[in-house]
Amino acid sequence: MTTHALPEGLSQQEIDAEIAKAQTASHPPHHPPRDYPPYRSSHFRHPKQPPIPVRDPEAVELTGPVFGVTDVTTLDHDLTRQHQGEPLGERITVSGRVLDRAGRPVRHQLVELWQANASGRYAHQLDQHRAPLDPNFTGFGRCLTGDDGSYSFTTIKPGAYPWRNHVNAWRPAHIHFSLFGTAFNQRLVTQMYFPGDPLFPYDPVLRAVTDHAARERLVAAYDHERSVPEWSLGYRWDVVLDGPAATLFEPGSRPAEEEVR
Amino acid sequence: MTPRPHTPSQTVGPFFGYALPFPGGGDIAPAGHADTITLHGHVHDGAGQPVPDAIIEIWQADPRGSLSGAPGSMRRDPVTGRGIGRDGVEFTGFGRVPTDADGHWAARTLAPGPHHDGAVPYLSLAVFARGLLHHLFTRVYLPEHADALARDPSLATLTPERRATLLARRERDALYRFDIRLQGEDETVFLDFPYAPRPLGDVRG
Ligand SMILES: [Fe+2]
Repeated sequence: MTTHALPEGLSQQEIDAEIAKAQTASHPPHHPPRDYPPYRSSHFRHPKQPPIPVRDPEAVELTGPVFGVTDVTTLDHDLTRQHQGEPLGERITVSGRVLDRAGRPVRHQLVELWQANASGRYAHQLDQHRAPLDPNFTGFGRCLTGDDGSYSFTTIKPGAYPWRNHVNAWRPAHIHFSLFGTAFNQRLVTQMYFPGDPLFPYDPVLRAVTDHAARERLVAAYDHERSVPEWSLGYRWDVVLDGPAATLFEPGSRPAEEEVR
Repeated sequence: MTPRPHTPSQTVGPFFGYALPFPGGGDIAPAGHADTITLHGHVHDGAGQPVPDAIIEIWQADPRGSLSGAPGSMRRDPVTGRGIGRDGVEFTGFGRVPTDADGHWAARTLAPGPHHDGAVPYLSLAVFARGLLHHLFTRVYLPEHADALARDPSLATLTPERRATLLARRERDALYRFDIRLQGEDETVFLDFPYAPRPLGDVRG
């Protein structure tokens, strides 16, 4: 007999109360606070000391790694073509642009994505959710952005899944994204959500972004123009990377990498 | 100009392991390079427990101080699509290593050179983990630069004890230890890079 042992811990109502309490605390409005009690795993994993601000215009972190054609294959952007057969689920495209805060496109940089399958199960042996694995879906893709900062992936819509943050905790459907800017300090790992998901109010990970407008920026838009007839539904999601890049400073103060190479 | 509001961070979660790590992610030094150093350590949480689901990224100058990097950190086989490691020649300056079940990580690289006249060389580290809603930046300075580090204006406000968390310890020739403590006593110094050189005020959008 299968038993689904319930996690020890708080009820959704108790988590909701903690979310409401954190909502009234003063946090930087855009990134989530690292200390966010409703997300239980943050408890022992957030620094207690404030980070040290670095304003050195020649800091190494104002430059960053580069990637090229050897780092991606032409199939990497299509998660539905990595196996013999077609994966189960609703075929979608997710596309958009990667910009910096000055609105400039982030060109030729690496975008990576990973996700659960249509049933809400990751191809990871520690994911013990009793939902089927899909032999035709791994759930990992990469691409380089174009000249205009654009990216595009074809995949399937991931399922929601339970997790053990509290009793009856469910993650809304989401796709994990990893993005590089021109500067290492612009590095971003985040999650993209789907519009209108009824699980939004209950999810401490999304709610950790306490500013409503900032939270909305994690939600893709359904874009009918990007749906392909008889094939796939289109979602649009633009990303704006935080942090300074070397080009924001006077040209003379940039690290002189061109001269060294 | 008012900067655009940026996209918020979210945790890397527990299941990045089949996606983000790549073959040779910690082999930053060209294969067999005589000056290769090994940098390794543990990641611990505030309860002193190892963090087995963290992933660390490294960005650094090459030994001559160049920060231009090179592609090819994650080379793929065009036939099978599998990762095939670096070409063994180019120094890309970038590495990525997940922690193991004991919270341990290791990378083999070349010591960075000063990236401008008078600069103190260091490796930049980004730390991602389940439970971390926003990744953390820190730096690894090699012990031979300890005196110069004490004069770095960015880090001048730190006590010597805190500053010491940014120093790797030489264990033996070419082997350096750098532990990361996310919280608690001996908490590692983490860094923040404000968007603009001058405060922008409230850019809430
Ligand atoms: Fe997830």
